[in-house]
Amino acid sequence: MPKVNVTIDGKQIQAEAGSSVLEAAQAAGVAIPTLCHHPALKPEGNCRMCLVEVERQRNLQASCVFPVSEGMVVHTHSPKVMEARKFVLELLLSDHPTDCMTCEATGDCVLQDLAYQYDAKVGKYYGGAKHDYAIDDTNPFFVRDYNKCILCRRCVRACDQINGVEALGVAERGFSSQIIAGLGGTMEESRCEFCGMCVEVCPTGALMPVGTMKQGRYWEFKHTTTVCPYCGVGCNLDVLSKGDKIIRTRSAWDKAPNYGWTCVKGRFGLDFVNNPNRFTTPLIKRDGQFVEASWDEALDLVADKLSAIALEHGPDAVGFLASAKCTNEENYLMMKLARGVVGTNNVDHCARL
Amino acid sequence: MTGLVTSFGSGAMTNSIADIANDAQSYFIIGSNTTEQHPVIGMKIRQAVKQRGAKLVVADPRNIPISEFATLHLRQKPGSDIALINGIMNVLIAENLYDAEFVASRTENFDELKDKVAAYTPEAAAEITGVPADDIREAARILSSNRPGALLYAMGITQHTTGHQNVMSCANLQMLLGNMGVPGGGVNPLRGQNNVQGACDMGCLPNYYTAYQRVADEAAQAKFKAAWGKVGSLQNGLTVTEMLPAAEHGKLRALFVMGENPMMSDPDTNHVRKCLESLDFMVVQEILPNETTPLADVILPGVSFAEKEGTFTNSERRVQRVRQVIPPQGGAQPDYWILTELGKRLRARLGLDDAAAPYAAWNYTAPEQVMDEMRALTPSYAGMAYPRIEEKGLQWPCPTLEHPGTPILHAGKFARGLGHFMALDWQPPFEQPDEEYPFVLTTGRVLYHWHGGTMSRHSEGLLGIYPKGKVELSHADAKRLGIASGDLVEVSSRRGQVVAEAEVTDKNEAGLIFMTFHFPDAAANLLTVRALDPVGKIPEYKVAAVKIRRIEQPVPVA
Repeated sequence: MPKVNVTIDGKQIQAEAGSSVLEAAQAAGVAIPTLCHHPALKPEGNCRMCLVEVERQRNLQASCVFPVSEGMVVHTHSPKVMEARKFVLELLLSDHPTDCMTCEATGDCVLQDLAYQYDAKVGKYYGGAKHDYAIDDTNPFFVRDYNKCILCRRCVRACDQINGVEALGVAERGFSSQIIAGLGGTMEESRCEFCGMCVEVCPTGALMPVGTMKQGRYWEFKHTTTVCPYCGVGCNLDVLSKGDKIIRTRSAWDKAPNYGWTCVKGRFGLDFVNNPNRFTTPLIKRDGQFVEASWDEALDLVADKLSAIALEHGPDAVGFLASAKCTNEENYLMMKLARGVVGTNNVDHCARL
Repeated sequence: MTGLVTSFGSGAMTNSIADIANDAQSYFIIGSNTTEQHPVIGMKIRQAVKQRGAKLVVADPRNIPISEFATLHLRQKPGSDIALINGIMNVLIAENLYDAEFVASRTENFDELKDKVAAYTPEAAAEITGVPADDIREAARILSSNRPGALLYAMGITQHTTGHQNVMSCANLQMLLGNMGVPGGGVNPLRGQNNVQGACDMGCLPNYYTAYQRVADEAAQAKFKAAWGKVGSLQNGLTVTEMLPAAEHGKLRALFVMGENPMMSDPDTNHVRKCLESLDFMVVQEILPNETTPLADVILPGVSFAEKEGTFTNSERRVQRVRQVIPPQGGAQPDYWILTELGKRLRARLGLDDAAAPYAAWNYTAPEQVMDEMRALTPSYAGMAYPRIEEKGLQWPCPTLEHPGTPILHAGKFARGLGHFMALDWQPPFEQPDEEYPFVLTTGRVLYHWHGGTMSRHSEGLLGIYPKGKVELSHADAKRLGIASGDLVEVSSRRGQVVAEAEVTDKNEAGLIFMTFHFPDAAANLLTVRALDPVGKIPEYKVAAVKIRRIEQPVPVA
């Protein structure tokens, strides 16, 4: 890759030809704030948050889409730039609910973080028009509150560039612009497959998972990277939990094999873990009814029965069905229990089914 | 799996998700509803088609969602896959579109294949498959002119009485195209369950110890006996599809079921019930009530993926760390602990005392110790120590602690040496539609549910969006039989009947009915046949003869 010489905030760097000013700055360790930009999506340059001053350019340029060139000199935090970014934020806030104290996205909201950082004032342009959209909670997975939408189009791009079905689009023009699903109906009426990538990349509270509502503040949740329990793709997920409850799935963007991509089951289908019908104590059937038992009682009974049958009828009178849902370690132990303890090769699982 | 062992010497997905997504110039998807069953791989293929113009050939009787993105969709009749692939290979050979150099240097038995497929002209294949002859020619041309190409299949290939041959047929095609051992190529069975690959690798199969060390091999038996102090015989055990009839006939008297739901996932549910009820004793280790748990004598509460430490092996042979997210619910216990406790108790009752064997004792206190023991006995997993897979999984074979893992199998050389072409004839499915049962029932899963439904039916959102099982049929059949979407229909086969709601769809062609096996009220496996592939012992879920009729709404019980 050919390189070009660029100066960013006085730092002389070599950037890859064809890369954006934002990419060059990030590679050089210079932070530029972004809002519509997301590393997993193609840049669009529509929010103007990443504006920078490029010498010999008449206007400020959106660094996410402006390519570097030989000898370019860039100022990422000049007074002119800082003022422009604050102006962008105050315009966004002029048509935003600013209900951060009750908003589910608080603590996990790019707009909130940037407003704090740039000291953007709420209500500075008070008096302008405000949207009043009805909240769409018709689908069982996530709530759409477009009063909180900043039209960054991350959701539209995720649906196109990650999922691929293009269920989302933008209708109307100017102040009337609005994100729509399909021809403007509910998500279920559209081609949506509920992979939740739109919810993942939404920088505000416009798209929120139903399961997260009223479960706690973002900073209370523990993050654990683990593997999805559904299909054989083996997606890595960043699972958020609080106490003994799973709250939601976030993308683990740097992990193979899915690199942050998910489907509906990994994204919204993990709540079976906390289903109130879970078995929480051993059960022994007595006179046709299951009664609660201690672990010792249950384990002794199982060992008594299996050993008695193996001793009386031979080891091959016992069979073991292992599980494609359990771990390697557990399956190894099941196999060892069959062969190394009972002494039968009658061990299988549902690979054929 | 057995098919790929015969053709290549190793039975697993040959390539990796990343190289399939990034490097394939074409895709041949046969018998895989990829966007619904392996959605993230489906999404990656959609993007390959959309963003870089990769070509996609889909062979599936149904108009599955990915076929919308296909360059060419071949709608073969269920159970005619070998005829279709033979037809494509006929064109490749007749038009000299195959990779002669690869065939010469890497394979054997080509002449026999050539002779066999000579009879499968596109016209002859069209007769059997219902796919127009010109589409068969077009498929051959697309696949040969856009290489490397990846072939992906799933249960649509294996769940037939000829499943073993179907798999070898896929292997034949990819060898003929020279698509083996290269990024973006390969024969790629997409494994259904999250850890079905791992359960196979761990030797939860009646004919193998870990990593396909054969039960019948005396050296393998001696190795495990030395390690554990005791082993089974040199005779293969029973498969799940054989254990149930053995229970019925009193040969099998006790069954230990861990995290499986045979009442939903095995064929011919009425027969399964009879078999399970014949057992003297059944213990089920489960997390949630399902259709099998009421038949148990003891239920041991295990924990979900989120409450345990360990590893899963995904479809691309990647061993990855599973980490505990939350503590066990209530008094449930990690499954490794339950098995360890049972191991200790059973050893005592069976009087096992084998102090000389290094791994005879069951004194595990953490899953990592189990992994370390398994690695010591399993060459292809030997290098997968926990510290190495904390950040990023490793793909087997990974024989040493320095080995980087193996993203692509059979590069330069097949596991068995030369790739073996198998000359195969098409054979009809076990059960054919007839006058009394004129429809073909094929079964599968939908995006929003999972297998027997133990997990997904207990998820509020998933159940909310797809609350009940449906019977999908074509517009033509619906019109002829006076059935509309939402009507109640009765579907019956020689084995049972099911009443469920009809959904009239353009996914099916006339004569084909589709059902899932997620819901007990509309359980397709009451209807399916127990006919097995003689080698793989996989039931023919994809073809059963049924009839269908509209019934009046049942009178509500007062």
